[in-house]
Amino acid sequence: MSRVAVLKGGRSLERQVSLRSGARVEDALGRLGHEVVSIDAGHDLIRRLREADPDLAFVAMHGRDGEDGTVQELLEILGIPYTGSGVLACGRAMDKVLAKHLMLEAGIPTPEFFAFNETAFRELGAADALGEIEERLAFPIVVKPSSQGSALGVRFARSAADVPAAIVAAFSYDSRVLLERYVDGRDLAVSILDGEPLPVVEAVPRDDEFYDFEARYEIGRTDFVCPAELPDGLTAAAQELALRTYRLLGCTAFARVDLMLDAGGELTVLEANPIPGLTDTSLLPQAADAAGISFDSLIGRILELAVERQPA
Amino acid sequence: MSTSRDLERYAALFASRTKVMKSSAMRDLMAVTARPEVISLAGGLPDTSSFPPDTFAAVAQRIAAESCAKALQYGPTEGLAETKDCIAQVMAAENMRVDPEDVVVTTGGQQVIDLVAKTLIDPGDVVIAEGPTYPGAVPVFCAYQAEVVQIDMDGAGMRVDLLEAALERLEREGRRPKFIYTVPTFQNPAGVTMSLARRTRLVEVAHERELLVLEDNPYGLLRYEGDPLPPLFRLDGGVYVMYLGTFSKILSPGIRLGWVVAPPPVLEKINLGKQAADLCTSTLSQLMVQAYFERGRWEDYVESLTDTYRTRRDTMLDALAEHFPRQAEWTRPGGGLFIWATLPDFIDTTDLLARALRDNVAFVPGVAAFLDGRGRSSMRLNFSASDEESIREGIRRIGEVVTEQVELYGTLTGEYRLEDAAGAEVVPMPTPAERERRAKGE
Repeated sequence: MSRVAVLKGGRSLERQVSLRSGARVEDALGRLGHEVVSIDAGHDLIRRLREADPDLAFVAMHGRDGEDGTVQELLEILGIPYTGSGVLACGRAMDKVLAKHLMLEAGIPTPEFFAFNETAFRELGAADALGEIEERLAFPIVVKPSSQGSALGVRFARSAADVPAAIVAAFSYDSRVLLERYVDGRDLAVSILDGEPLPVVEAVPRDDEFYDFEARYEIGRTDFVCPAELPDGLTAAAQELALRTYRLLGCTAFARVDLMLDAGGELTVLEANPIPGLTDTSLLPQAADAAGISFDSLIGRILELAVERQPA
Repeated sequence: MSTSRDLERYAALFASRTKVMKSSAMRDLMAVTARPEVISLAGGLPDTSSFPPDTFAAVAQRIAAESCAKALQYGPTEGLAETKDCIAQVMAAENMRVDPEDVVVTTGGQQVIDLVAKTLIDPGDVVIAEGPTYPGAVPVFCAYQAEVVQIDMDGAGMRVDLLEAALERLEREGRRPKFIYTVPTFQNPAGVTMSLARRTRLVEVAHERELLVLEDNPYGLLRYEGDPLPPLFRLDGGVYVMYLGTFSKILSPGIRLGWVVAPPPVLEKINLGKQAADLCTSTLSQLMVQAYFERGRWEDYVESLTDTYRTRRDTMLDALAEHFPRQAEWTRPGGGLFIWATLPDFIDTTDLLARALRDNVAFVPGVAAFLDGRGRSSMRLNFSASDEESIREGIRRIGEVVTEQVELYGTLTGEYRLEDAAGAEVVPMPTPAERERRAKGE
């Protein structure tokens, strides 16, 4: 049995979810007979890792630092094997703009988009191009920060009047924002475990209101259906797209890919999450459960797949 | 190993009143404000650092020597007579007279809001509150499934004319509000005080329409300037106005002592509710307050707090004037713990908080003070819990991110400049409606 350092919390805005994911992972590791060292990632992260001298690290952090390759880089420097994707895959997946460009290049359908950093608006007059962008994407337009993992900062602009405030809001979370064509349709998530797609989860918002991103992960406001009831062939197509995305970004062990299915039956990939939530309401554990994989087995598998990597 | 964290296992068992209003985004953000490196102007904490430890020791010593067994025992649900004497003193300091029979001692003022709601609210009943209202009352009203109607405020407190209009409308719908919840003096979060004319009219309205009012007065004695206005309770004489008091802001929130004064039939029900909730308020805390009051210096301590907070308020007001862009406006509280600042409507303060947290500073986004999604461009700033240097630095950092967003918006709209060279023409901020019209090319 191994000594496992569970990294959780941190400075990210998804700290709260990460603490829940981490706690649940710790319980599972305990049941599997491992020795658990719980670490809330802060200023003393390196010192605590050195002190604990773990056999490997389970990264249960979401968003900034944990999911963007930062912590992974540090673990490589310390020579500690860790769970999940490496530095490069994390960097590609967390940067939605980069990920979408890679998808386009590889022929994976993703909603049309434009991305800007603040300099483009402040120094290059990008605001003058908003008219063309708005025409091209057509309203409503989704405006979101490039690297925020949760629904924070995601806005719908229903008309040109909404666009500037939506951009200001998105820049609150990141130095780059993305204006994306809105896909009206069904919200799907395909989790991948060790190169195999799990059953598709569909998120069905209960409110009839225009789609509310916040409702998405809130208990009682969204119903999750797993396996999603999809027309013939679409389940396999969604899983295939998700797997291609996972491979394209270079993910390891597990990830969750979010897709949209529009009224015409077209699938598009929105984003990939290299460390999706592992809480009691999270989608990866639900999908694993539907595939007959208990939470403990899921955590066990992820642990087995942890590898030692050399710093680049 | 426990699986008690598996929510889905228990979710089907939860009562519908457990659904909280607070958004997950807000919870996520507030979780980050607790980090030690963050200057938090978000809390509502009084400063307990200047309370003399030797006074605390003497009070504890005295209880140990004289009333140890009693302090360790249950007490009457309505509270100890000794504590009620202290309460009478505190109320007398604001020119109120109270019969100890009409008082129930509670576990903090928060319990009063809970007990009053428990006593009066059936699911779907209407409660009237100020807009914005005390953020801590929001989960209470949600838990009892009240429908809350929030009445706009201005610099003179709740707009009683709008209250009357709302009452008319409700009456036409055949609905009678169960009570009106108000913090008339140095309101949390707005920092404004209800004028005498409005107080008088509010009490008249209560009498005309036979409506109960819950006057929440935690800050009345924390006055930094001007003359006190009579509490609603004094104007009404305790017929329709229920009064909520607390030792939290004049002594300590840690001792968890508050009280409620209400008409006897209502008080009787409140007392039953309290008995069910916790049997009695901590006897130890009540005896500590009694012993502390017997030293006869409680008003001196309130005065020293007042001096500290006045300086901090002034520091915050100066810092706001220096660092916030001129499109922002804020209240100038004559007492209490909070300033309410309102930014241009294109700034969402929940998003702004995310940005501010990157600079390690926090505030409460205005939406927390509403149940209907309003308040998106406002924020509550607390000045009692931070020293002057932290207040200056915190406001400087918030001002910087606000300015950054105002400038960015100006760049995006091309219609507005933050600070041009002297004498430059400054185009006024477009309203959303105006921008919509311009976008359509009208």
